[in-house]
Amino acid sequence: MSSLLDIRGLVTSFDTDSGWVRAVDGISFSVEEGKTVGLVGESGCGKTVTAMSIVDLLPKPSGNILEGEVNFKGRDLRKINHSEMRKVRGGEIGVIFQEPMSALNPVHRIGKQIVEIIKIHEKISSRAALQKAVQLLDAVGIPAPETRISSYPHQLSGGMRQRVMIAIALACEPDLLIADEPTTALDVTVQAQILELIQAMQQKLGMAVLMITHDLGVIAQNCDEVVVMYAGRIVERAPVRELFANPCHAYTKGLLHSIPRIESERKSLLNTIPGQVASIENFVSGCRFCQRMDRDDPVLLRQRPDYREISPGHWVETCPQCHQT
Amino acid sequence: MNPDPAKLLEIQDLRQHFPVRGGVMMKQIGAVKAVDGVSFHIDTGETLGLVGESGCGKSTLGRSAVRLLNPTSGDIFFKGQNLTHMSQRGIRPLRQDFQMVFQDPAESLDARMAVGELVAEPLIIQGIGNRVYRQERVAELLDRVGLPGNAAGKFPFEFSGGQRQRIGIARALALNPDLLVLDEPVSALDVSVQSQVMNLLLELQRDFEMSYLFIAHDLAVVKHMSDRIAVMYLGKIVELAPADTIYKNPLHAYTKALLSAIPVPDPTAKRARVVLAGDVPSPINPPAGCAFGHRVNHPKYEESIGQELPFEEISPGHWVQKCPCCLA
Repeated sequence: MSSLLDIRGLVTSFDTDSGWVRAVDGISFSVEEGKTVGLVGESGCGKTVTAMSIVDLLPKPSGNILEGEVNFKGRDLRKINHSEMRKVRGGEIGVIFQEPMSALNPVHRIGKQIVEIIKIHEKISSRAALQKAVQLLDAVGIPAPETRISSYPHQLSGGMRQRVMIAIALACEPDLLIADEPTTALDVTVQAQILELIQAMQQKLGMAVLMITHDLGVIAQNCDEVVVMYAGRIVERAPVRELFANPCHAYTKGLLHSIPRIESERKSLLNTIPGQVASIENFVSGCRFCQRMDRDDPVLLRQRPDYREISPGHWVETCPQCHQT
Repeated sequence: MNPDPAKLLEIQDLRQHFPVRGGVMMKQIGAVKAVDGVSFHIDTGETLGLVGESGCGKSTLGRSAVRLLNPTSGDIFFKGQNLTHMSQRGIRPLRQDFQMVFQDPAESLDARMAVGELVAEPLIIQGIGNRVYRQERVAELLDRVGLPGNAAGKFPFEFSGGQRQRIGIARALALNPDLLVLDEPVSALDVSVQSQVMNLLLELQRDFEMSYLFIAHDLAVVKHMSDRIAVMYLGKIVELAPADTIYKNPLHAYTKALLSAIPVPDPTAKRARVVLAGDVPSPINPPAGCAFGHRVNHPKYEESIGQELPFEEISPGHWVQKCPCCLA
């Protein structure tokens, strides 16, 4: 059986003052129907660029996909034309962004923004579309949807705005929801509400979710599979329990050990990953985590490590230094 | 009440209201009660963690406590001295002993000043040392916070987020303060950098015996850094206790909800999550009774209307706001 979304060898590059830089440098992973895949990594690791590459929302003209395939339901999204892409985006693939305030149009009432989406994808009268919008707001837990539909985004709280974003993303019952840091801007109690809502809608619609986050707690509690990105590449990919129980890449281990936990001893020093991510124009072609660790073995820094499946579903970049079992 | 001389910072019934103006004449038509009757103290060498959701008043409380704002009422004692009504000019010499670190180092550092100037600025303002001394002190501070020696000649934009936060910390340390107010110092940082900065703060506290008021919304971070924790909700502290106690034996319904909402980084942990309905109410128009009972629509909410909700010490060091709906 083929996957719902299957990304192979994706390379996305940006034209900058210092030449072309590869923000995403040859990554492959897949999302199965109805499953939740978490994409985790630090800022600048390419996780958002990956998402934007899938739905063709890269900033033009600087951002370009150079290589690879984005297979969605068996067809390569890179090969379809602009108007077909518009049908996929918002129709079969819904997207929610981190900051709902900048993703919603501030000068239109939220009802109008939902109706707009529905009418692009369905042949439906304005009145019926408005009715559907009210139902959607109700489904995402907005109280008094009939009156809220004529609110402007600024009249809603952050949590409510994110609910509106979810309503828009789910308007056409997509098969895949891409959620880019959906709860990062929200408070913990509201975050719990939104994650609960995404899970409930996922079960109702049977859709798959690609959840982009930097929060390992969110990953652990919500995802079936995890993809760990570092400096434009996937360093490890595994089912969630396997990844937390048996991390095999030094970077994954470092991340898991450096987060403060409720049960850890107070005021004890945390484990840290030394150094910092190299800036994108200085990325080496070899192992980029070795670069951070200041290992000056020229072979490690020159030769890209193999990305291999070491046990069923568990993939890791097998750099001789960073791959540790 | 008289201040207790043993306490480094003591806050009594502090209120910080901001006027809301409206109408043609821009008369005051109401007030945002950002901090509304808060009392706590910080001992020498201790970290008090302050948690709460956005808009609960935790940052305002931090600013008010070090007189970056003029409090509406209440008392602030620092080393037994009442700061509440001092003029800014009168406070200036005292500021050597309490400094502040802000969340976003990109915004709190003047982009046109070199790092060396930024770190030396507090020394210049306080008139400490000559050029040579200040240069040495800057080098010493940059080294202490883990920045390279050539950093002094560079500008903030040349540094990453974590390094910029180190600059902010070096600047706060320049005057050897006894108290640092840290307002979300690691919230904007990535996981691996966050742990580096947290370690730096822990080491500095150990070396210089500083006290911290550590403001953050991430409960795991606060738990790790703090000796005691105060939980704030809509301008009031609803619970204050030693850090371990608050996690093992939370009493207030809001604290419980907050704790259960943290996503635990362990996929095998299955917990009963208390998912709260609603948002934090607006501090402009707060509910008449218990603000949290109102949010969760508690059946006993009515009983709290019109009542003074006392903040009481239930067991040694464990304080909680008593109200009919939030204490089971």
